[in-house]
Amino acid sequence: MVTLVPYSHVLILAAILFLLGAACAVARRNLIMILIGVEVMLSAAGLAFVGASMRWQQLDGQAFVIFIMAVAASEVAVGLALIVYSRRRTGTLDANRYNLMKG
Amino acid sequence: MNMYAVIFYLLAVIIVAFTVMAITRKNVMHAIVFLVGSFIGSSLLFYLLGAPFLAILEVVIYAGAIMVLFLFIVMMLEIKVEDIDLWPFLRQWFLPLGLAGTCFIVMFALILLESGSSLSLPLVMASPAAFGRFLFQKYWLGVEIASYLLFVALVGALYLGRSEKTGD
Repeated sequence: MVTLVPYSHVLILAAILFLLGAACAVARRNLIMILIGVEVMLSAAGLAFVGASMRWQQLDGQAFVIFIMAVAASEVAVGLALIVYSRRRTGTLDANRYNLMKG
Repeated sequence: MNMYAVIFYLLAVIIVAFTVMAITRKNVMHAIVFLVGSFIGSSLLFYLLGAPFLAILEVVIYAGAIMVLFLFIVMMLEIKVEDIDLWPFLRQWFLPLGLAGTCFIVMFALILLESGSSLSLPLVMASPAAFGRFLFQKYWLGVEIASYLLFVALVGALYLGRSEKTGD
């Protein structure tokens, strides 16, 4: 029987990708780069789900990736609309410059 | 190590390299183009892991729709290249990288300690027809909720994006 790599290697790849995305979301100060980091994290979670689906021979993992994609798409739509809105309001995309409160 | 394992490790290296390039670019446009490469690599990996339908969706939704949306926003907002230098502020990267490294070590240990994780994956393929039947039989409610979520996101994006003059 032909086999692929051990299950742990898929999980480790997903973990590396997730941490890269998390580091990007935490360290970068450009709003668009923060959103890109979140996208990378969601994609890594999907990879772990597909690997688990193959490990247990159940389709549930693949079904969840569909929902992850729906969440990613709606998150990006609302997130980019918010970015455009805040850019229009403040004229900058730097998260460090958002230091004013109204009231 | 058979051919499939070689392809897996090759794809893993390509994806991680593209992602590292993407998250360290100063120019957002370059980051997005590198990210498209990373998502195409993940799509090939999905195919290798027995999910051809999800592989297509990964290209269509992530590499296609989401990244093009990013590109449009970047072009629309005329974002300048960040004038801050990426490396002198290693101080700022120090804490996130340290935390990420710690998380990675713990995760690595947990993954390797779990029994059965060294089990080699069997090579199978879920046909799109079987997958669709499964999705709509067992998760039809989830599909409906996902469609509502997308609709709400559409309405929210339209509301946030309305122009100040015509809106109240």
